[in-house]
Amino acid sequence: MTVTTAASRGPAEDLGTFQARAKEWVAGNLVPLDGADPFLGHATDDADQVVRAKVIQRKLFDAGFAGLCYPVEYGGRGLRAEYQDAFIGVSYGYELPRLFNMPTFTIILPTILDFGTEEQKKRFIPAALKGEELWVQFLSEPTGGSDLAGALTRADRRGDEFVLNGSKIWSTYAWKSDYALCVARTNWDVPKHKGLSVLIVKVHQPGITITQIKHVDGTDEFCQEFFDDVAVPADQVLGQVDDGWNVASRLLLHEREAMSGSSVYAMAPRTAAHENDQVSAAALAQDSGGATDPRVRQLIGEARVLTRVHAALVGRIATSIRTGRLPAAAGSIPRLSNGMMRVRLASIALEIAGDRAIAWNDDDPTGDLGVAYLGRQGPCIGGGTTEITRNIISERVLGMPREHAEDLDRPFRDVRTNAAVPRHRR
Amino acid sequence: MDLDLTPDQQLLRDTTRKFLHATVPLTAVRALAENAAGFDPGWWQRGAELGWTSLLVDERRGGGSISGEGLRDLALVAEEMGAMVSPGPLIATNVVAQTLSREASEELASHVLPGLLSGETIAAWCVSEPGHDISPDEMTLQARRDGAEFVLDGVKRPVDTGGQADWLLVTATGSDGLSQFLVPSSAPGLRITPLRGLDLVRRHVEIGFDRVRVPASAVVGVLGGAFLSLEAQLQTVLVLQCAEIVGATDRVFDFTVQYAFDRSSFGRALASYQALKHRFADMKLWLESAQAITVDATRAVQDGAPDAGEVVRIAKAYVAERCPELIQDCIQMHGGIGVTWDHDLHLYLRRVVVNRQTYGDPMHQRDSVAILADRIGEQR
Repeated sequence: MTVTTAASRGPAEDLGTFQARAKEWVAGNLVPLDGADPFLGHATDDADQVVRAKVIQRKLFDAGFAGLCYPVEYGGRGLRAEYQDAFIGVSYGYELPRLFNMPTFTIILPTILDFGTEEQKKRFIPAALKGEELWVQFLSEPTGGSDLAGALTRADRRGDEFVLNGSKIWSTYAWKSDYALCVARTNWDVPKHKGLSVLIVKVHQPGITITQIKHVDGTDEFCQEFFDDVAVPADQVLGQVDDGWNVASRLLLHEREAMSGSSVYAMAPRTAAHENDQVSAAALAQDSGGATDPRVRQLIGEARVLTRVHAALVGRIATSIRTGRLPAAAGSIPRLSNGMMRVRLASIALEIAGDRAIAWNDDDPTGDLGVAYLGRQGPCIGGGTTEITRNIISERVLGMPREHAEDLDRPFRDVRTNAAVPRHRR
Repeated sequence: MDLDLTPDQQLLRDTTRKFLHATVPLTAVRALAENAAGFDPGWWQRGAELGWTSLLVDERRGGGSISGEGLRDLALVAEEMGAMVSPGPLIATNVVAQTLSREASEELASHVLPGLLSGETIAAWCVSEPGHDISPDEMTLQARRDGAEFVLDGVKRPVDTGGQADWLLVTATGSDGLSQFLVPSSAPGLRITPLRGLDLVRRHVEIGFDRVRVPASAVVGVLGGAFLSLEAQLQTVLVLQCAEIVGATDRVFDFTVQYAFDRSSFGRALASYQALKHRFADMKLWLESAQAITVDATRAVQDGAPDAGEVVRIAKAYVAERCPELIQDCIQMHGGIGVTWDHDLHLYLRRVVVNRQTYGDPMHQRDSVAILADRIGEQR
């Protein structure tokens, strides 16, 4: 495929030329992290992070480095994954608008590409690539996390709009976001999977209340939203009305790719987070002379083994799905790997840190490790629990029989849900 | 399994598979348990005709690979052999042939390589020592100069195929530094003691060297310069071990999944129970991970990548730790039949455990990986 890009002013550059040009541009236009948190960058607070991310993303777009793997007609560059990898390589260590990475670029926009009308694609994809609009997912509900198709949030058709009522939870940085993809029930007279729709919802509008949830580690990135008669234009349904499960399934597939580090749309190194965990464990060990301690060496070695094997696995599964050796559901394999690996890395870090993980000075990095251990199970819960993931691998990769369910063969209004469970039983 | 094979490599793999199925099915492997050598020399020569001995040997020295990447080719053979818990001195002979091809004098190479290539002779690498890790610092077998000769003293154990080998490649230390010698197994002063062993067909021995005298022409490579040779040989062995382990584990996982579909309990297939499905999902994850890192390690060693030493140790640490556990889980899935002599599961478990315990177990590899990471950290 020949792709014309504004920045290169001609047919697609070869990879080497692209890489050299990207490297030069990054050095001249992005700010080195210099030890700053890769996600927050040099932002002074959460609000500043949104502002900075949008400005940097706009710079990337204007220079022709945004949406490298997105189609040209929607503001992308139409390049192969190797180009994205090359850009990741040269931009490592610089402040990037990672706020856009997940879910906007790796989950939301790919789903819009899959199901959006031409108008929706032209309206929303370029706006995000330009850094104008940040997205969030409204998926889980307080009444159930793993059972997404059991959503109780309702969208009732009224004239040329839908009216949204209900609540969503575990949405990341909802208050920083501009738009959301929201799974809601549009038909209660059919089985659960057949009465859902996915709506494009403007986040900041009358009827939507957002509260932040404080996490065990003190952070408050997760939110809960309450919808009271929120109006959504009927042309902002993504995909067909009542076919939302089809759309949501694809969204979950993109989410698994993103979580496992195999998304071609990711702007950050695919395994950087894990490498960082390992490196911090090793650094810790060096502080305490750990490399001379054979017990600590076992743990450092194990951490390094886990991260490197995970990286190999991500590549193998991505290739296997591409070539048809494994079904798309195999994206759940690296998702499971990621969860189990990060759980183990958190435990290793705690192990190495010893009592400095529970009592520390202000400037002592080991304190983070104890706190991180408290939230250790997060990577095994978010993005679909590892238990659901194991169901998917055994059923859709190995072909084993599905778990029995009581809610597949009847209208959803007849299904037992948590909405009917009293808050306090005596 | 490498996902990116050339047609020639696929042919090598398929030919090897067919030959193994036809000549050494598991019934034949069980029968060979009673055979002192553990394999039939005539059978090995037929395998040599398929390329099993030539892949790591340079064309100018009579060898030749299938794809131009001999180790990747040989890893395919090792994987197939793992899947059949095949007999034969694949690892032992090939690692010696590789070093002779790369380092031996013309005289030594032309004297020894043709026999190894045709399969008429067998070689073994004497490197492990009782109570020591395999590393240049821990080697104790002494090579002492005496006039124009060298005198070898020490003990090697366990030596894979050492009882069947015509030639022994001996890694030794001494005042000249780390060196390697090629010694005929008939040399006076060698005490070769067969050991009882876990694998039904892969034999190990202890070899004592009591003032074994070898001429200067027995030196392989540069006297005192075997540091890199040891590392190269080790990398090759670790790749082949990992390939053999994943080949064996892949087969076991396959027939265990099938068993879960076929076997019923309480009127349902085993495969319908979530408690078991979740364990199969974990096993699938470990198997794919083991295959992925084995392929990465094979390529890194094949290409002489700067991080090859690290990646191959990571592979051994992971594969040799995880796969025996995976097979134990498969035994658990089988229930009582899984721990019987009649079921084939133990043949596979034996082979992967033998590979796990030799040439550095996972604990040793993790230690090496941490030390390498520390060194790399200092260099940055």
